[in-house]
Amino acid sequence: MKDYVEKLLSGDRRSAARLITLIENDAPEKQALLHRLYPHTGRAHVVGVTGSPGAGKSSLVDALTGQIRNEGLKVGIIAVDPTSPFSGGALLGDRIRMQEHTTDRGVFIRSMGTRGCLGGLAQATRDAVKVLDAYGCDVILVETVGVGQSELDIMHHADTTLVVLNPGAGDHIQTIKAGIMEIADIFVINKADLDGVEKLVRDIRAMLDSSPRAGDWRPPVLTTSTLDGRGIPELWATIKTHREKIFNNGTRSAVKRKRIQRELTEILQRRINRLITQGLDAGGRFEPVLEEILARRMDPYRAADEIIKQSWKGELSDE
Amino acid sequence: MSRKIRVLVAKPGLDGHDRGARVIARGLRDAGMEVIYTGLHQTPEQVVEAAIQEDVDVIGLSILSGAHMTLFPRICELLKENNAEDIMVVGGGTIPEDEIKALKEGGWAKELFTPGTPLEKIVEWIQENVRV
Ligand SMILES: Nc1nc2c(ncn2[C@@H]2O[C@H](COP(=O)(O)OP(=O)(O)OP(=O)(O)O)[C@@H](O)[C@H]2O)c(=O)[nH]1
Ligand SMILES: [Mg+2]
Repeated sequence: MKDYVEKLLSGDRRSAARLITLIENDAPEKQALLHRLYPHTGRAHVVGVTGSPGAGKSSLVDALTGQIRNEGLKVGIIAVDPTSPFSGGALLGDRIRMQEHTTDRGVFIRSMGTRGCLGGLAQATRDAVKVLDAYGCDVILVETVGVGQSELDIMHHADTTLVVLNPGAGDHIQTIKAGIMEIADIFVINKADLDGVEKLVRDIRAMLDSSPRAGDWRPPVLTTSTLDGRGIPELWATIKTHREKIFNNGTRSAVKRKRIQRELTEILQRRINRLITQGLDAGGRFEPVLEEILARRMDPYRAADEIIKQSWKGELSDE
Repeated sequence: MSRKIRVLVAKPGLDGHDRGARVIARGLRDAGMEVIYTGLHQTPEQVVEAAIQEDVDVIGLSILSGAHMTLFPRICELLKENNAEDIMVVGGGTIPEDEIKALKEGGWAKELFTPGTPLEKIVEWIQENVRV
């Protein structure tokens, strides 16, 4: 196998692309590759961009990228779109809005389907972020449609999360899902060229007043339009302020620690889950226990004790 | 391990609409592929760069006007420059018989589909030619 990791670290695009594919496919060599990548990660600022379909997330990512590139920083973009539950295929169209950055070597754009992998989406995205981080991206923008739980989970791993809303039509404050409101570090009211901006700003501020969040960061409410570019420099400035804030007051290491705890917890849960499922399936090593319970020779609690006792030694190590 | 065929569908050139490309894109999605759709007016440089970043197996070009005789060779050349010749290039659209022959014999296009080719045919061809 060609050494993708070495080539990635020297800035090779094809290796970056191939590594993300291997991660997405859950290839056998995935773990070994991530093991080698990991020491080279942790540097990039990860910005999550979420909001309802059509809110202008991709357009905003495009505009932000232009703004960030003015400072000469390298940008990575991961755009997640839903996989069709029927065919398993996906139509990934976010690039349409980002065409002008396609041939800029300081920008790397990757589209991902959700692939319906149980809880694996957040992990796959997280690992793809690691690839772009090691590749040398200073800022990584992650776009997801804020509907499902796993999309929300992705945002828990961003340093700064933007929630994109639109004035007028759809986005009334009452209809916005609670989970989305809670993860916002910055509210972005995009399409500010349309009517109804002031009202939406007022509503969000009122909501923030009525349920203030812990900590000393009050999510700012910004307005942007990707049509005329208004608000984009301010948005980037605010992202940087948020970044400095979490860097400086010592919360960053606490936040990072919490995030690592979360990731490790999820990895362990997935493995243990698989172990249990495989063990209890037909032919599995714990399957005989089911007979015992069925015959009332054992109760489920005692059976669980037995299984835990048997498996706790070295059996949890195969992903 | 769950491999998926990834296809970049692009509509290069300056002409008109992308209805045909969209129909193909949806058809490939419905056949279980991941389709990266990049929209209208793509330059060969943009097509190749997107194909590399997205690590696709196949580039599918939708052709309407006559630029294909320069377009396909240019894309192949760029793929080569980037050590990405393993990405297959196919196309669809109105291309005269003799030019189809020239493009295929020159190795500029792996396969060309004329208008009216049933979608299943295209799906089948991709599934057979991409090693999964
Ligand atoms: N009026 C107005 N339209 C905008 C603005 N930004 C984006 N749009 C339009 O909104 C539509 C959706 O834009 P996208 O950037 O694709 O939105 P998205 O949130 O990425 O969409 P999905 O990825 O499909 O969920 C497009 O037609 C854009 O042209 C804006 O600032 N003002
Ligand atoms: Mg989008």
